[in-house]
Amino acid sequence: MTSSPSTILRKAFPVPAQPAPRGRLAAVAPWLVAACIVGYALVAGGYPATVVGFALIYAVFVSGLNIFMGLTAQVSFGQSAFAAIGGYASAILTTQHEWGWLPAMVAGLAAALAAALAIGYPTLRLKGHYLSMATLAIGLIVHEIAVEWESVTLGYLGISGVPPIDIAGYEVSSDRAVLIMLSACVVATALAVARIRSSRLGRAFAGIAGSEDAARALGINVARYKLVSFLLAAAFASLSGSLFVHVVGYVSPEVFSLHMVILSFTMLYVGGIGTVAGPVIGALVVSVLPETFRSFRDYQDLAYGAALILLLIYAPRGLAGLFAALDTRRKP
Amino acid sequence: MTAAASGAPAGAVPVPADPVLAARGLSARYGEVQALAPLDFVVGPGELVAVLGPNGAGKSTLLRAILGLVATGGEVSFMGSSLPRRNPAAVANRGVVLVPEGRGIFGPMTVAENLELGSWRLGRDARERQRRMGRVFELFPRLKERLGQAAGSMSGGEQQMLAIGRALMADPKILLLDEPSLGLAPRVMEEILETLGVLNRAGLPVVLVEQRAPSALKLAHRAYLLSLGRLAAVIDPREVQSHDQLAQYYFA
Repeated sequence: MTSSPSTILRKAFPVPAQPAPRGRLAAVAPWLVAACIVGYALVAGGYPATVVGFALIYAVFVSGLNIFMGLTAQVSFGQSAFAAIGGYASAILTTQHEWGWLPAMVAGLAAALAAALAIGYPTLRLKGHYLSMATLAIGLIVHEIAVEWESVTLGYLGISGVPPIDIAGYEVSSDRAVLIMLSACVVATALAVARIRSSRLGRAFAGIAGSEDAARALGINVARYKLVSFLLAAAFASLSGSLFVHVVGYVSPEVFSLHMVILSFTMLYVGGIGTVAGPVIGALVVSVLPETFRSFRDYQDLAYGAALILLLIYAPRGLAGLFAALDTRRKP
Repeated sequence: MTAAASGAPAGAVPVPADPVLAARGLSARYGEVQALAPLDFVVGPGELVAVLGPNGAGKSTLLRAILGLVATGGEVSFMGSSLPRRNPAAVANRGVVLVPEGRGIFGPMTVAENLELGSWRLGRDARERQRRMGRVFELFPRLKERLGQAAGSMSGGEQQMLAIGRALMADPKILLLDEPSLGLAPRVMEEILETLGVLNRAGLPVVLVEQRAPSALKLAHRAYLLSLGRLAAVIDPREVQSHDQLAQYYFA
């Protein structure tokens, strides 16, 4: 075959690098479901709005985690640390130093990035579980600091009275205004992740996710791009932390505990790791699911657990993957 | 780049006087374990050098050592200047490109995306990328038909073609292949080796690590035989007439 290579005509070029053909339904369905959940909360207000609001904040956090874990295939148990840094920076600077919410948020972001750089630079050269252990450690350390540094963080008591975000003089404090603002944040986050994923940067991440040695052999600086991925994840974590304290008006160490890490992992896998819509739909479904089992009373946790297990059995690639599978099955 | 080592006198194993790749006293360790005892290894301009030996002989380690993927001793120089150690990306940037064992293709990505990643260090030069892609399609027309397909869903042979195609996208000055025939049907393997021959005759130096010695020897100008992490022999393929003779080398 190769001793007489077939002549490829000039008209064969240019060759567009087309993504794998995916159905329209698969691309749209998760967003429709997400929009329905948010729409319901907007109409209902009250408690549903609070639950969905938290879910949207988590969607930002998990989208960041997804850059590191999904796109780059690394593991971090310590992203809660960066959310804590962002959240505490916002809370402390706005309540104790009368900063505006935006500069406080940016300061938190800078602090989170500095911390991520300090932990990431030495550890990201390591492989797999060394990195995971290091990230777990930073999560615990930051939690401990939040508890012990009472003069600044007020320890377990937490900081209350954090002012809501105001945009051009309009205070975002009503249920609906908060939901709309958070939805906008989630959409912006998803657009950013989609952009990153399809960029040269995203290709480098995908290469590292595929095979670190193969990526290296192609000239990709693996350590550097892992660090960039880690920093991006930390940035989204920090922003979600800041959003949280402004929406709730309160922060305490409990908010950024190991529970947050476990919950965010659940959201990532239920939603669909490595996809753009996955973290969003995952955050919403995992937040809303326990509420739908409220009528089960004592068996609420049991039903929730069973539902999660069923989801992971029948949708191992997450909800976003489930839609894609249904979509391809429809076609001949 | 076309002058191979064929001008050397028959009989003695001809070693090129002006090698493109030259390793001197190259050794490799995995932690405490020495996986490769110090050896000299050279590839001349336009040469196809086979590295043979049974499982665990250190063949893959030799390639990994050249790239600096493992801790090494000794020195490797390429086109006159020494290659950095423990910095495989920098080595790749010099044009030393590896097709790793098990192919290392990016399964969830499409064929097109895999090829694109191959030309990573090209940056954003779309015209040059397309030129290289066209060249890959000349060698492997099948890849062109599968551009939009997820690489992991292709047959083993096609995946190997993709792995080689992706390496060619990097515009290698020398191509290192780690057991490209692994797990392939003999007919597919012949096809792939033939393509390597085509590339080599066009002037590309190739280092081919193989367990299946006979087919590799058909193409090779010289062969290094490794055994238990040491260099056992350097062979002139023209002198290997029979299986028995090769077996002698293996078990010597």
